[in-house]
Amino acid sequence: MRETGRPSPAVPPAAPAAIGVRVLFFASLADLMGDRQRNLDLPAGATVSDALRDLAQGAPDFASRVPHLSFAVNEAFVTADTPLSDGDELALIPPVSGG
Amino acid sequence: MIVELTSEPIDVPRLIAHVNKPSNGGICTFLGVVRDNAEGRPVVKLGYEAYESMAVAQMRAIVEEAMQRWDLDDVALSHRTGELQIGEASVAIAVGTPHRAEAFEACRFIIDTLKTRVPIWKKEFFQDGAVWVEPVSSQPSAG
Repeated sequence: MRETGRPSPAVPPAAPAAIGVRVLFFASLADLMGDRQRNLDLPAGATVSDALRDLAQGAPDFASRVPHLSFAVNEAFVTADTPLSDGDELALIPPVSGG
Repeated sequence: MIVELTSEPIDVPRLIAHVNKPSNGGICTFLGVVRDNAEGRPVVKLGYEAYESMAVAQMRAIVEEAMQRWDLDDVALSHRTGELQIGEASVAIAVGTPHRAEAFEACRFIIDTLKTRVPIWKKEFFQDGAVWVEPVSSQPSAG
């Protein structure tokens, strides 16, 4: 790269126009979705709720499950209004039954 | 501290030995074992699935909370994954303390809390099918 000698403008790096999120399905939800994970492309600023809306398209029984799910982003429980970032891992967690 | 998920049978003596310290006067253990029925319906076997990395992190957080709350020396907590036969241990806890009351309380806290928020799921296999167990009251909350 050629140096022009001019100071570079103080512009923060632009946020990507779209973000990629890896969604994980477990237990009954993996059965319902027919898969254990899916990669979603979402607009920048998208929240967990936006990801859920996206997943509901083409999966008629998905929406009725959402009220029973908990959510984790990068292994920490979050609420549905939590914004997502590029590269996040979003886990959809059916009611747990360990023990 | 032992906190683990394992697809092999749980080595309970190893967990007990881990918390058997000279300063302890009591060791409380809890085993969850596979029951042969679900509300009367015969169960053939169970399957356990986990979001493994998060489950271990949550189990560790619960153990650390118990260790702080009851000032425990050490705790061992192991949970099985995969298929289990009737009578096998699905979860094992060992808590060692100088006096017994704290051992009972901490052990109970750990199993009760694990059941509410560790991302592990149980599947009951019957003669004619299988269902995921999803207790409605076990919703973990954010934060």
